[in-house]
Amino acid sequence: MANKESNSYIFMYSTILVVVAAAVLAVAAVGLRPFQKKNQEIEKKQQLLTAVGIENDVKNAEELYKKYFVQELAVNKKGEVISTYENETLKGEARPFNIELSKELAKGDEAMLPIFVCNQDGKTVYVVPVHGKGLYDAIWGNVAIADDLNTIVGVLFDHKGETPGLGAEITNPAFPAQFKGKQIFENDEVKLSVVKSSKKTNDTFEADAVTGATNTSNGVSNMLKDCLSNYVEYFKTLKTK
Amino acid sequence: MANMLKLIKNPLSKENPIAVQVLGICSALAVTTQLKPAVVMALSVTVVVVLSNVVVSLLRNTIPSRIRIIVQLVIVSLMVILVDQFLKAFVYDVSKQLSVFVGLIITNCIVMGRLEAFALANKPLPSLLDGIGNGLGYAVILIILGFIRELFGQGSLWGYKIMPESFFEAGYVNNGLMTMPAMALILVGIIIWVHRSRNEDLCEK
Repeated sequence: MANKESNSYIFMYSTILVVVAAAVLAVAAVGLRPFQKKNQEIEKKQQLLTAVGIENDVKNAEELYKKYFVQELAVNKKGEVISTYENETLKGEARPFNIELSKELAKGDEAMLPIFVCNQDGKTVYVVPVHGKGLYDAIWGNVAIADDLNTIVGVLFDHKGETPGLGAEITNPAFPAQFKGKQIFENDEVKLSVVKSSKKTNDTFEADAVTGATNTSNGVSNMLKDCLSNYVEYFKTLKTK
Repeated sequence: MANMLKLIKNPLSKENPIAVQVLGICSALAVTTQLKPAVVMALSVTVVVVLSNVVVSLLRNTIPSRIRIIVQLVIVSLMVILVDQFLKAFVYDVSKQLSVFVGLIITNCIVMGRLEAFALANKPLPSLLDGIGNGLGYAVILIILGFIRELFGQGSLWGYKIMPESFFEAGYVNNGLMTMPAMALILVGIIIWVHRSRNEDLCEK
């Protein structure tokens, strides 16, 4: 064998090692992707169900989603419906469930915006996903809106990297719970916001910020404003129907 | 044979990675608020130590000593990413709970410590046993911590309510401090104290 400490041996050795390691990882990543994707889908369904207020767990989420969510839509900012998914048939380009909102929001006016229609014991609830920036990383969530297209039925927030105990408190049930019953729009503009409790003036449109997490709270407020305003035109067409 | 068994037995007590060598403390504090993530973390670390120990031991005669740390790092990170991918595929909720700490197994001193101190100089079979022993030594402490912290911090074990309702009606409250990392450090201290008082040869003179 060549001298173990020679430069050429070291170069050869590290090259082979890295290539082998990369090959193993590639095989594992490709082989496990279907399972991981399934898990992410279930999580997304659970978050949609939770926003509406339907209790669920990992095992029954698929079944409940099928039962309650009767229609998935994708609309554009002008309020036109681009694709619908109903009774397992798709009309249009992409299934709204699979749309990645963060990528769409970056496209500006051409964004495809998903909206999920839930039939909860005869009442129609519209669930709108939202996506924005917290203090450190992405925050996202779902807003469930009653059929008057203004009153909030429930919300759910999640985050990637906010501080535990401060910004991460937006996932604590107490924070989303206060949104229930609040109004979103006034004269076709989003008036819903998150403000410091000392500066709160209007209980119909304002929710309390998380103490000590001003930036994350502002992030939630901006996220709601930016994402929900995209749906104003679509909601107008729904109202005139 | 007796020597082989020692490789597994010693790290459980007299050479325990946490209680005696004081390695891997960071993750031991972070993931033990509940029993389930503690167990999954312990298993993950054990798998990573065992696999990297065996691989490094197999390669030990070919690794150039000038780049041995880098080679070890590549092997450890390979194993960690594999474990992470498996957790994401099969126990998604736990993998979310462990979040960054799975990735941080790479920096767990126990792993690199065993590679440097043992696998580089020993045959694959003893290295395998050494890996199992140290993984279990880490696991024992994590499970004790997870058990105590979940029971007294949340009144449950493995997610199931254990503390009877009558306790709460009689004025018992969950200890919020138990869910904080600070309390985990205090508990580790207590474990070390008890462990040393039972094994006086471990005490520094």
